[in-house]
Amino acid sequence: MTLQLLHFQLLSAALFCIGLYGVLARRSAVLVLMSIELMLNAVNVYVVAVAAFRGFESSTGQVIAVFVITIAAAEVGLALAIVMRLFRSRGTVNMDEIDVMRG
Amino acid sequence: MKSRPVQLLIALVMAGALAGLLALFALALALLGDPGDAVTPLTAGRLALALLALLTLVTMLGVSLVWLERKQLGRMQGRVGPTRVGPFGLLQPIADAIKLVTKEDVSPGASSKAIFYAAPILVFVPSFVVWLTIPLSRDLVVRNLDLGVFFFIAVSVLGIVGLILAGWSSNSKYAILGGFRSAAQLVSYEIPLILGALSVVMLAGSMRFTDVVDAQASVPYIALAPLAFAVFFIAGLAEVGRTPFDIYFAESEVVGGPFVEYSGAHWAVFFLAEYVNTFVVAALGALLFLGGWTWPFGDLGQAAAVALFLGKTYLLAVVIFWVRATFPRLRIDQLMMVGWKALIPLGFVSVIAVAVQRFYEWPVWTLTLMSLAALGAAVAVQLRAQRSGAVATAKRYAQRAVAVEPSRRRERTQA
Amino acid sequence: MLLFFAAAAVTLFAAFGVVTSRNIVHAALFLLAAMGAVAGVFVLLYAEFLALVQLLIYGGAVIIVILFALMLTRASEHLGESDTRRRPFAALAAAALFGVMAAAFVADSAWFNSTTRVSVPFRTLAEDLFVVWAVPFEIASLVLLVALVGAVVIGRAGREEDETFPETGEPDGDEPARTPRSRRGERRRRGA
Repeated sequence: MTLQLLHFQLLSAALFCIGLYGVLARRSAVLVLMSIELMLNAVNVYVVAVAAFRGFESSTGQVIAVFVITIAAAEVGLALAIVMRLFRSRGTVNMDEIDVMRG
Repeated sequence: MKSRPVQLLIALVMAGALAGLLALFALALALLGDPGDAVTPLTAGRLALALLALLTLVTMLGVSLVWLERKQLGRMQGRVGPTRVGPFGLLQPIADAIKLVTKEDVSPGASSKAIFYAAPILVFVPSFVVWLTIPLSRDLVVRNLDLGVFFFIAVSVLGIVGLILAGWSSNSKYAILGGFRSAAQLVSYEIPLILGALSVVMLAGSMRFTDVVDAQASVPYIALAPLAFAVFFIAGLAEVGRTPFDIYFAESEVVGGPFVEYSGAHWAVFFLAEYVNTFVVAALGALLFLGGWTWPFGDLGQAAAVALFLGKTYLLAVVIFWVRATFPRLRIDQLMMVGWKALIPLGFVSVIAVAVQRFYEWPVWTLTLMSLAALGAAVAVQLRAQRSGAVATAKRYAQRAVAVEPSRRRERTQA
Repeated sequence: MLLFFAAAAVTLFAAFGVVTSRNIVHAALFLLAAMGAVAGVFVLLYAEFLALVQLLIYGGAVIIVILFALMLTRASEHLGESDTRRRPFAALAAAALFGVMAAAFVADSAWFNSTTRVSVPFRTLAEDLFVVWAVPFEIASLVLLVALVGAVVIGRAGREEDETFPETGEPDGDEPARTPRSRRGERRRRGA
C-alpha cells in the first residue's frame, strides 16, 4: 500500500487528540505544556504533509512549520518561566490548586 | 551487587540496544538519498555493513586518541606517558577498556533505573551517528547528505539531554549540579559553533562536506576566515568539554559532575563518547577549515587523501591536547562570560564579514583582513580589560588594607 | 511503507507515554522520543531540513528547558496524585474529536488520493523563507526576543525579594551588614 495523504492526516489527528487528552486530563502545569507541544507537532505534520502531496513544488508548508517551531520554542520558554514563578510563590504546580489570582 | 553473568547480560543488552538504535538510524537515513531510491534489502544491508565498518574504525581512532593524549600530556608535563603496556604504551587504552569493563556495576539509589542506564546511550549515540556524513575522502562516505554540516549540529545537540539525565538520575547533589552546569555550558557554546560553521557554509555555498572541501582546493578556509576558525575551535573545545572548559566533570570541581555515580562499563561509554567527540571536532575543523583531504599541489590518490585528512585531524587533536596541557580551567561564570560576551559577538562579526564580502563581491583577501582585524580588536579589548582589572583590584586591596585596620597600621609603623 | 508505520507507531506510543506516564521525567523522555519520531515523519515527507530543525530546536532546546523546569520545580515529588476524576471525560472528548476528524479525512480521501510526494529543493526553501516570508521572519525574531527578555524578567522578579546578598564590595564600615538572614532561612524552611 503506497502512502497517501490520508495516512499522514490520520497520524496528525491522532497526535492532536492525544495532546488534547493530555491538556485536559493532567494536572501538572509542565505536563500540560508538553501536551501542547504534541498538538503543535501534530499541526506541523499536517501542514508539511499537505504541502508535500500537492503535486507541485510548494514550500509554504515547510515555511509555516518552521515558524510554528520557532513560536513554540519561544512560548515554551516563556511559559516555563511563568510556571517557575508560580512554583516559587505557591509551592505547587498542580493546576487544580492554582485557581485563585492572589499573591 | 550483581553477579558476573548478569553484568555480562546487561552489557549485551546495552550493546544490542545500541546496535538496534544505530540500525534504525541507518534505515531511516536510507531515505535521505534520492526520492527515487527504494529501500531494498540490499541497500539496507550494505548500509548496515558500512555503518558497522565505520563504527569499528571510529572506535579504534577514538582509542588511539586516548593513547595520544596521555603520551602528549606526559611529555608536555615533563614526564613520559604510559610505557609499560605494549611497545610505547600503545596497548594502554585497551588495558583501560578491559579494566573498566570488568569493574563492578554499581548503581546507586537512582531515582529511576531506566533513565540511569539509558543516559550513557543517549550521550554516546549522537557522537557516532555524526560519522554517517563525515567523508574520509571524496568517495569514502556513508551518506553524503545535502545538509551535512547541519546534520552534525542537530545531532550533537541531542547529547546534551543525555548529560542532564545522567546528572539528574544519579540522585546526588554533585551530579545534579554538574548536569546543570554542563547543560548550560553546552547550550551556550552551541551558538558560536553554529556561527563558525555557518561562515564556512556561506563561503562554500553548500552544506555538503565534499563541496566544502572541494571549494578549499586552492586556499584553505583557515587563511580566508581565521576568525571563524578561532570561534569554531574554541566553541568546539567547549562543546566537547575539554580544558579549559572541563569544569563540569573535573574531579577537583564537582567530583566528576554528572558522571560521578557511574562505574565500570557505563563510565567507559561516557569516556569513549568524549574522545569520539574530540575526534569529531578535530575532523570537522580539518574538513571545514584546513581543507580536508585536498592539497594545493595537485590531486593525490585515494589512500594518500585519506592519510592527509587523518593527518590534519590528528594535527588538530594534538593542538587540542596542547591547549589542555597549557591553560588552567575556567570557572563556570568566566566560562559563561567568554561564551556570551566574547565568542557570540565574534561569531556574528565573522558571519557579517563573510556576508559583506560575498555581497559586494570583494576579493577574498579582504575577508582575511577583516577577520584578522576583528581578532586583533578582540585580543586588544581582552588585554586592556585584564590590565585595568588587575590594576583596579590591586588598588582596591590597597585601599582596603588602609581603611579597614588603620589603627593597627599606625601601631605597626610606630613600633 | 514500512518506515511510515514504524515512525507513526513510535510517535503515537511516545505521545501516549507522555500523557499517561506516572513519572514526569519519563514523560519528558517520551516527549523527546515523540519529537524524534515526528522528525522521522518529516524525513518521509522529504522535508529533511525541517526534520533537522525539529531535532535541533525541540530535542536540543525545548526538552532541555522542560527538564530544567522539572528539576527546579521538583515536579517529580508532586506527581502521583491520581486524576481519575477527569480522565473519562477527557478521553471521551479526545476520542470524539478524533472520530470527527478521521471521518472528514476519510471522506476526503475519495477524491484526493495522490501518492506522489514532491520534495522542495533546499535553495527554494531558503529563498522563500527570506524573500517571500521576510516580514514574518522578522516578526518571529522579534517574538523570540520578547520571549527571551520576558522569561528573564519573570524569572528574576521573584528572586529579588527573598534573596538579598550582602554587597560584595569593600566593607564600608559605616553600615552594618544587614542581611535579613532570619527571613532568608525562614523562606527556605517554608519552601523545602
